[in-house]
Amino acid sequence: MPLRVMARAYMRGHFLRSGACLLTLLCVASVSAATSRAEGASSADLQHALPTTEFTLANGLRVIVREDHRAPTVLQMLFYKAGSLDELSGTTGVAHVLEHMMFRGTQQFGPGEFSQRVAALGGSENAFTMQDCTAYFTRIEKSHLSEIMALEADRMQNLAITSELFEREIRVVMEERRLSLEDKPEALLDEALQATAYNASPARWPVIGWQDDLQQMTWFDARAWYERWYAPNNAVLVVAGDVDAASVRSQAERWFGAIPARPLPARKPQNEPLQRGLKRVTIKAPADVPRVVLAFKAMPLEANSAAKQDAYALSVLAAVLDGYPNARLEKHLVREQRLADWVDASYSMVARGPQLFTLSAIPAQGRSLIELEAALRSELRRIAQNGVSAQELQRVKTQLYSARIYGRDSVFSQVMEIGLAEVAGHSWRAIEPMDQALNAVTAQDVQAVAARYFSDDQLTVATLMPPHTQSTPRLRKRSQGK
Amino acid sequence: MERVRMPLRIKFLRLTTLLAAVVLGWPAPLLAGPLIQQWTTPSGAKVLLVEDHAIPMLDIQVNFSAGSRYDPPNRSGLAAMTAHMLSTGTRTAKGCLGLTEAQIEDRLAEIGGVISDTVDGDSAALRLRTLSAAPKRDAALAVFAGILQCPALPEKKLVRERQRVITALNVSEKQPQAQAEKAFKAAVFGAHPYGASPGPKSIAALTQADLISFYQAHYTAQHAVLSIVGDCDRAQAERIAEQLMRALPDSAPGAALPPVVPLSGSSEIKLLNPASQAHILIGAPAIARGDPDYFPLLVANQVLGGGTLISRLGHEVREQRGLSYGVYSAFIPAAQPGSFQISLQTRKDQAHEALAVVRETLATFIAQGPTQAELDAAKNYLVNSFPLQLDSNGKWLRIVATIGVYGLPLDYLETWPARVNAVTRAEAHAAFVKHVSVNQMATVLVGAPVAP
Repeated sequence: MPLRVMARAYMRGHFLRSGACLLTLLCVASVSAATSRAEGASSADLQHALPTTEFTLANGLRVIVREDHRAPTVLQMLFYKAGSLDELSGTTGVAHVLEHMMFRGTQQFGPGEFSQRVAALGGSENAFTMQDCTAYFTRIEKSHLSEIMALEADRMQNLAITSELFEREIRVVMEERRLSLEDKPEALLDEALQATAYNASPARWPVIGWQDDLQQMTWFDARAWYERWYAPNNAVLVVAGDVDAASVRSQAERWFGAIPARPLPARKPQNEPLQRGLKRVTIKAPADVPRVVLAFKAMPLEANSAAKQDAYALSVLAAVLDGYPNARLEKHLVREQRLADWVDASYSMVARGPQLFTLSAIPAQGRSLIELEAALRSELRRIAQNGVSAQELQRVKTQLYSARIYGRDSVFSQVMEIGLAEVAGHSWRAIEPMDQALNAVTAQDVQAVAARYFSDDQLTVATLMPPHTQSTPRLRKRSQGK
Repeated sequence: MERVRMPLRIKFLRLTTLLAAVVLGWPAPLLAGPLIQQWTTPSGAKVLLVEDHAIPMLDIQVNFSAGSRYDPPNRSGLAAMTAHMLSTGTRTAKGCLGLTEAQIEDRLAEIGGVISDTVDGDSAALRLRTLSAAPKRDAALAVFAGILQCPALPEKKLVRERQRVITALNVSEKQPQAQAEKAFKAAVFGAHPYGASPGPKSIAALTQADLISFYQAHYTAQHAVLSIVGDCDRAQAERIAEQLMRALPDSAPGAALPPVVPLSGSSEIKLLNPASQAHILIGAPAIARGDPDYFPLLVANQVLGGGTLISRLGHEVREQRGLSYGVYSAFIPAAQPGSFQISLQTRKDQAHEALAVVRETLATFIAQGPTQAELDAAKNYLVNSFPLQLDSNGKWLRIVATIGVYGLPLDYLETWPARVNAVTRAEAHAAFVKHVSVNQMATVLVGAPVAP
């Protein structure tokens, strides 16, 4: 289970249907939308094979239309550039709480009516909140686009939040927090990691908010959030599927065009001060299996930064470590040394706000977290000293290329890619140049970032300790045969 | 057990789970889509093909009648481990390539191929996703054919994978959801193989000989269903099917399975767990795939607690009372009758309140059935959402495989909306009353409040 994704995105609906994956922890599946045009493939077969159009309404609403005519369906997703990064201490979680309230009725439609109307049309709708945005989406047969656009535009301007509805919904959110965070040891570990790695940045609190803040929250906090951020000039509408741009444009004008733009509050940066030494945090939770996460400070890709090459190289580094089944961490730590039963490397290049480059692992039987931590660091050191091979680099780039092709099978993944790029401050038009830049990363680039980004001073180590384990490291002991 | 081998883990976008999550639910069909072609290979495998040339990619899934219901007693997890271990190395015998696990994975990484496996109660599914350009496709197929036909099932890798699965079980067995599911299966299916779950002990007991004999007994062409979706024409698909289905084990049909026995009464199991929420599952065995009551039950269940939050259970438990983040009901048909189940989670101290609301909602539904307005809304939703179930190759693959594995008619998708539309209020109510009884229900409550 991609721990970081689970921990950072909260949804209104209940998505965690039971899955019988016995290997839940071991089968870390990641569908990447990253891309490249490896192997000299022509660009025509990728990004721009699907017509994409953008325009901006007079009120500042940005609209992007992706035409994909394989099936008679359409996906509408409205991204607001407001997530937990924009919250202030004391009302953490309010972005996500407002997301829930957006389904609780408007001046025109009563509670639940949004969902009933969408369901009657055969649509399915949901929403999610992340650090950098909150997004609402509806999938529907294409002839109903106008109706769902009308509903979405209605709740952009006419939300009715009452104290009574709020009191009921905040209980649901607290149940969600219990389900997806408090009762999941690995999510508790991630929460503690973020809170330790960051002192000042709002990245320190969980997207779903601290439970105490949820308990103290009032309908007025949600209302204020709505008034502050839910304006057309703070939103990006992405429509994809069996549609034509001209008709989407006229419908967007019709439904969203009259909503007035509003001045947006200044975003205070809340920058994280320089870390000056290693930090550690330990979590005890009812788990039978310990776990360690090493998190190094990194930044996302920033369009105008001198360091933007670093973001590309860090992405490739993460893939060299863990981008295919026989990549370095699995090969060395799980298979050859039998130190770990599960490993993961993660870095998000396209995002707003600070990012962590993380290495995570679960020790194999009889191996200690201390050994594992040392081994993870030595994998980074080895790359810093000896670099990576041309073959490894080629494999990673082939993965980028094939993932791009496979990503086209899902309209949802196309829309997410466009929307999240926009939210992070990159135009969707930057996606192909990003692909090219990823593809141009050299072995020297990877070696260079491996040498520069992984000092102990930028490191936070989080460990999950089952209650019965001692806090001192266990002696190294092989269980079998000796 | 599932091991998904996706090509890339650069977390370029942070949406992996979202992508997987949004595509839920059993399909409905499409009116203007590619047709399903079906034939049988000389070796006896059933093949289903859906051509779609829009994207230069190809998905292939082979289902073998090798699901966990064939696990011998005390060997729970054997079916899953066998499927999982197929790609850890191939033999060097005649006609076999002889590749190590690392060679298999590096080759796939170099051509953008992805092999994954999933095992459920009835079947083991091996999947290949590949680019359709000939050199890459052919290289991927050669590797895939090797793991199907020449698996080495190496002892050394088994030692490692046993340990990893035990670690995963140790992680999940402490979690209330997993605890609840395991107890629920046992309560609903009793001694039937559908009721068994693997544990650290049964995994530790698996030997290489177990895997080899399971493979020999179940990975036969005669019991295989091959589903092919994507950029591939009929002639290519025929060649692919023959390449993948030749040289598989040849074996006699296995012993007949015991029937699923209906519950004789109600039971309630409470398990302690330190979690802050109680996890509740309520249910009983219900219907098999192909049951004539399937469509009435699909519509009835949509009203009671199907996918959306506007169902009766969603309304009573979540929207009106704020008791839970999620509450659902579902029929899960299988080759033999699978379960009907209701699931929810709630803060421990309100578990009994939530359970009472669920039971009352269910009892009222059984007594009265859906209203006409509810029935119409449910049918509208199911029929109108039909095109959404078939808007990607990945979804087609899943649906086509289900049609093939359970022998559903080839026009299943074409007739689906009409069959939903034809359900009457009386049929929906009668079918529900026939298959669900409040007096024959197992209830599992994990994280029960500690008695005073």
